[in-house]
Amino acid sequence: MQPGKGHLMIQFDAVHKRFPNGTTAVHDLSLEMPEGGVTVLVGSSGCGKTTTLRMINRMVDPTSGTIRVGGRDVLDQDAADLRRSIGYVIQQSGLFPHRTVLDNIATVPLLLGHGRRKARARAAELLETVGLTAESGKRYPHQLSGGQQQRVGVARALAADPPVLLMDEPFGAVDPVVRTQLQDELLRLQKELSKTIVFVTHDIDEAVRLGDQIAIFRTGGHLVQCATPSELLARPADDFVADFLGAERGLKLLSLTPLKGIPQAPAPEGGTWELVLDGARRPLHWRTEDTELPVRPLSDADSLLAALNESIASPTGLVARVDADGALTGVTSRDEIHEHAGLAHAEARVA
Amino acid sequence: MTIDWSWIGDHTDDLTTLTFSHLQAALSAVLFGLLISLPLAVVAHRIRPLRGLLLGLSNVLFTIPSIAVFVLLLPVSGLTRTTTVIGLTIYTLVVLLRNTVEGLDSVPAKTKEAAKAMGTRPLRALLTVELPLALPVIMAGVRIATVMSISLVSVATYIGDGGLGQLFTDGFQRNFPTPVIVGVVLTLLLALVADALLVAVQYVLTPWTRRRA
Repeated sequence: MQPGKGHLMIQFDAVHKRFPNGTTAVHDLSLEMPEGGVTVLVGSSGCGKTTTLRMINRMVDPTSGTIRVGGRDVLDQDAADLRRSIGYVIQQSGLFPHRTVLDNIATVPLLLGHGRRKARARAAELLETVGLTAESGKRYPHQLSGGQQQRVGVARALAADPPVLLMDEPFGAVDPVVRTQLQDELLRLQKELSKTIVFVTHDIDEAVRLGDQIAIFRTGGHLVQCATPSELLARPADDFVADFLGAERGLKLLSLTPLKGIPQAPAPEGGTWELVLDGARRPLHWRTEDTELPVRPLSDADSLLAALNESIASPTGLVARVDADGALTGVTSRDEIHEHAGLAHAEARVA
Repeated sequence: MTIDWSWIGDHTDDLTTLTFSHLQAALSAVLFGLLISLPLAVVAHRIRPLRGLLLGLSNVLFTIPSIAVFVLLLPVSGLTRTTTVIGLTIYTLVVLLRNTVEGLDSVPAKTKEAAKAMGTRPLRALLTVELPLALPVIMAGVRIATVMSISLVSVATYIGDGGLGQLFTDGFQRNFPTPVIVGVVLTLLLALVADALLVAVQYVLTPWTRRRA
């Protein structure tokens, strides 16, 4: 929980879910999700993370315990009305194949009785928000790529401007490159919209990337640990969590720390390797008399992990640092990066 | 077998009347069949235990010989168009019911789930999501039922109705082949035209199935 990040939007209080066949999907869950934050639920399949998500908009009702959204017990509300007030992005988009993209996005405004013209105008606006062309609005879902369909799914969930967004493995079915793009876009959108997002995934990297807090579930519906990504990576509660975070747990933590603030020195001149710049002082490559090696310049927003990787790959052990325009500002040594990597861990341990 | 073209020329009015009467009987049957099948199919689709019962019942009805159906209906509705339409309707049920249930089954679970999660209430989901998506399969049933009814109307000649079927009895009784041939050709044409129209209707109603990416 992040203190001071606004009040709680979603609260689970001693929630239990047993299905009629006897399996316990969620076991005595108490969990709080702050307003305007992204809570990621992770765990292997059958750990209850999806059931937890689906109890928020009453796609599943709890066996016991209370769930409050915006302070109100969900069971006191009409299920359909509640669902219209909560955005839902489903696995593999779940778009309506018989409706155009525009009408798919307009679904909830139409259910709310906003009128077709107004709903379509809003949908057209959202097409742009999620990075789709106005022309794609007239198409049918099957005419779009998987990544585009997911964007439509997000737009549809945002159409009635709900304060809460539920996302059930929304990027699970697209290839890694598109997935990274979609994650970036979600982070960009979230900066603008500040929704309370509950995001289910089994991909820990996705969780670390998107989450303000991460809740890790174990089979049988037990919540094992809920913490910020850096706290989780620095101080996993037990071996289960440590295993789940994977062998590169130490490196993953570095992905959360930006390069900003790490000292840089002027680029060396006259060594064996020379950093070649173009006319606008943008790094092109490392060069000796007979070879050229690629350089991957990093900006302040890039992570310590990227810097560590580049410092190992760089023939000089130096990382080229650039400003927003891509012009060289200086270099940082491998030693400097190592030192700050250690510091990042030390800070996370005590935070 | 030669065709007496002058007979055709002399009877165009009669032939037109019979053709329309024939078509009206068949289409009424399909229409009533749909009105009965749709709610029953929804019930059979939603309540598993009733599915076997309803589909089985429609199968049993289908096996009753058509002439027997008309005879059994005589005390109820007499020698009327109503008897013809009721009889034909019973036969459309087997196709329409089965196809509508299968059409509803074919709607992807993900899509139904999405409708529910967006806050669509069950009746609206049925009307705006499930039935539209089931339409291609339902329409396949409607086409079969229509062609089947058009061919079956003639049997009602037995109770004094039967549309173009009357041409067959007429030709048979007078040992005069022309009306029989004309009846067969007109029945075939009716079936072809009706089927083509239904294909067109389906094309108009299901724009999302047209351009496959």
